[in-house]
Amino acid sequence: MIYASGLRKSFVAGGSTVEAVRGIDVEVRKGEYFGFLGPNGAGKSSTMRMIAAVSPVSGGSLKILGLDPAKDGPEIRARIGVCPQEDTLDTELNVRDNLVIYGRYFGLSRTEVKQRAEELLEFVQLTEKATAKVDDLSGGMKRRLTIARSLINKPEVLLLDEPTTGLDPQARHVVWDRLFRLKQQGVTLVMTTHYMDEAEQLCDRLVVMDKGLIVAEGSPTDLIREYSTREVAELRFGIGENELVAPKVEDLAERVEVLPDRLLLYSADGEETIAKVHERGLEPVMSLVRRSTLEDVFLRLTGRTLVD
Amino acid sequence: MALADRTAGRESSSLDVRRAWRQADYWATLYLRTWKSSVVSSFITPLLYIVAMGVLLGGFIKGDPSKLEGATSYLAFVTPGLLAAQGMNTVVGEVTYPVMGMIKWQRIYFGMIATPLTVSEVVLAHLGFVVFRVATVSAVFLAVMAPFGVFESFTGVILAFLVQLLAAVAFAAPVYALTTRLKDESGFSLIFRLGLIPMFLFSGGFFPVSNLDTWMEWLAKATPLWHVVDLTRMLVLGTVDGSTALIHVVYLVALAAVGWVLAVRGLERRLIS
Repeated sequence: MIYASGLRKSFVAGGSTVEAVRGIDVEVRKGEYFGFLGPNGAGKSSTMRMIAAVSPVSGGSLKILGLDPAKDGPEIRARIGVCPQEDTLDTELNVRDNLVIYGRYFGLSRTEVKQRAEELLEFVQLTEKATAKVDDLSGGMKRRLTIARSLINKPEVLLLDEPTTGLDPQARHVVWDRLFRLKQQGVTLVMTTHYMDEAEQLCDRLVVMDKGLIVAEGSPTDLIREYSTREVAELRFGIGENELVAPKVEDLAERVEVLPDRLLLYSADGEETIAKVHERGLEPVMSLVRRSTLEDVFLRLTGRTLVD
Repeated sequence: MALADRTAGRESSSLDVRRAWRQADYWATLYLRTWKSSVVSSFITPLLYIVAMGVLLGGFIKGDPSKLEGATSYLAFVTPGLLAAQGMNTVVGEVTYPVMGMIKWQRIYFGMIATPLTVSEVVLAHLGFVVFRVATVSAVFLAVMAPFGVFESFTGVILAFLVQLLAAVAFAAPVYALTTRLKDESGFSLIFRLGLIPMFLFSGGFFPVSNLDTWMEWLAKATPLWHVVDLTRMLVLGTVDGSTALIHVVYLVALAAVGWVLAVRGLERRLIS
């Protein structure tokens, strides 16, 4: 569905050239739920905009549905759906009209578009809000309306740029549920996110991006297996103590990570690791064992430094 | 890299009029929702000007056709001037704040270009809507003024109406282009104070530009509004001078064409990076 090779994106901002995407290879297959994971500024959104055929490719090659975005932009956009990071809903129009008018841009007849609008309102649970003003919707409802709008042309590929950023937990779960249903209907989904739980729950396959490059690729479980251990023991020794204890337990785990408030010991068996820590006469204030998550992979690959 | 950018630029400036027409429902819906709030500024204000300037102030001015560019009364002189000025004001209102809102406040254009629509088609539809607005305003204005006997011929009125549509594009496209290049709305007050108001007052709408000092007269004759006023006046008063009329038309077409290119390029820069 999507094929990128050596894909690059650079633009001039404030007199200097910014290289947002520095040569990535990506292939998204039909019916797959594919994720771009990465911190802010990793190049996810730039990549998505190129795939959405609204941002010219700076280098490398990109094919969407077998078409070239530089030449066949309108045709590509006719067959994909885009759910942007920031809502671009029309607040002058009511909820239903936002869908109907948008559908018209795809050349759909009024009858067709009205029928689809009703179906989609049902799908995103906004039927009762059909005549409401967009401004009166909650953040979660606006997001669902944007998702409904991106589906008005029955897209073969749906692009979602951080679909749940800024939503409360309940609203996120409703969105996830809808996205999962779309996947079951056979829609190919491509999503960017910086929420690990989101990627882990929804994505079949994902790439981790950092500083414009792909640093890892695979299914969530593959990535955890490859870049982390099965379990993580978290130990708290009190503020200031953690750094002092770290060298004493280094050999007990595959990897030890020092955080300001706790130590993370990556090992296959967390309980056993904690037992060994106790054998050495070290008494953490608190300890727990958990399974490795994508977050561990992510932080290992992209580091803990804050990128603004 | 530069090559890729240029290639993509070709795509965004590709223009399919039938595809652009898909936006008709959007603009129609918007107009039906907002036309009432524009009634006063579009239809009532111009008539207030007619009464105040044309009838009441004009009552003190003795109509000498040789001094009033062929008009037999001041009302007949000022009517085409007000028609042209009203068109300009309508246009500038439509392509300043609304355009900036669609770029950066509501970001509606971003939603539009995520569909098969191209940037050129988006600009075309928006300018088309502006022309429609000017058409309604001008039609009402001409219909109201017809009974006052200020027009020489029906054909002249129809041609004057068409001139207003051309003028709408000639004003809209460059101002649209300017709006796409502004970071925020503070620039608009300059457009209004240094562009619109002086043009409104000194471009031959209210008095013959020959009354001005020579250098000011030439300055006035360089403004787009003067070309519209002079052409409109010739047509409704039946005093058409072929070569002058042609110059007016060429001037307006050129302004529209240059404005169009800059408007599309400007919007492209804002939407496609």
